[in-house]
Amino acid sequence: MKPPFEKMVAEHGAAVLRVCRAVLGIPDADDAWSETFLSALGAYPELPQDANVEAWLVTIAHRKAIDQTRMRSRQPIPVEELPERASRTGSAKEGAAGGEAHDDSSDSLALWHSVGLLPEKQRLAVAYHYLGGLPFAEVAELLGGSVEAARRASSDGVRALRLVYLPESVSGTATHEPKGILR
Amino acid sequence: MNTTDSTNAAERFDFTPLAEESIELDSAVTRLHAQLEQQALDAHLLDLAYTTVDTPVGSLLLAATEAGLVRVAYDIEDHDAVLETLAARVSARILRAPKRLDALAFELDEYFAGTRRAFDVPLDLSLSSGFRQLVQRHLPAIAYGRTETYKQVAESVGSPRAVRAVGSACATNPLPVVVPCHRVLRSDGGLGGYIGGLAAKTALLALEARAH
Repeated sequence: MKPPFEKMVAEHGAAVLRVCRAVLGIPDADDAWSETFLSALGAYPELPQDANVEAWLVTIAHRKAIDQTRMRSRQPIPVEELPERASRTGSAKEGAAGGEAHDDSSDSLALWHSVGLLPEKQRLAVAYHYLGGLPFAEVAELLGGSVEAARRASSDGVRALRLVYLPESVSGTATHEPKGILR
Repeated sequence: MNTTDSTNAAERFDFTPLAEESIELDSAVTRLHAQLEQQALDAHLLDLAYTTVDTPVGSLLLAATEAGLVRVAYDIEDHDAVLETLAARVSARILRAPKRLDALAFELDEYFAGTRRAFDVPLDLSLSSGFRQLVQRHLPAIAYGRTETYKQVAESVGSPRAVRAVGSACATNPLPVVVPCHRVLRSDGGLGGYIGGLAAKTALLALEARAH
């Protein structure tokens, strides 16, 4: 028996929004989210009973993001604007080089800034695998390329994130990464 | 680069939202949900809209198709279970979307305040059929504040011997309160059964007797 669609929004709404934010940046994420869930609502009755709903939603979100990117006829942009209430220090543009700690490292949205700075392939691989829960095989299908390449892009992305995203003032212990984070 | 290292690195990066992000995400999803409700209504993709309202007889689940009100459910029926059943029997395209139920919610407020005696929202009787639907169509003819016996109802619908069938038609009324099965009692004056529990049936009869 298929659960009411409302339940899908309750269970996966936040995760899909995080994927959209990572893929398109915060300003454009809302539209992609809306289009994703509206389209999913329409197709929901045809979704097989045993389908992985989150993976299905993330795949739709990926297509909507491509549509949006095409419509704007430019590449997805990194996160430049944070919602006003979350931006406290205005220093979010620092730290790209990986050496400097963020002044706003306790900011819950600092992660989105850091994700936005990743090269596109790494950013998408991280978004779909870690935020969207897609297996690497499906990430590879969305991005094109091999499963191994998807896996590599994703772990390179995570490594880069560990360098630039420094919540609290926890110091890493890895020798190559003096300011890496361990959460 | 070596694969073991990258796997470890990945495992050590926690993408779980922090408390502050969780709060922001919740409010963003709430805002987006409201937009989705309207978009789904506009696109005629919302087969079922529902909401819940607090009343003197507890929380009532209200669900409507594009045709009209299709289900009213008491708390004791388990709203989640009722929604699951609606997903299977009507459509899984269901969202909490109070707007479609605004008019009814307003009428229910008036009813429980004693200032409304009948409901005039469109009804979708598709959850019942045959004799049961026949009985349910008759029930609104029982005036506010009055009662009939199961036997009288059986006679009214032209099947005087179908008293038990009238009983089960009332017991399976998908639209309690709005379709007034609470106005049907046993011939000996006993309450009979009620989908919302006997306390709710008593409360509705007392409300109508008071306001009558």
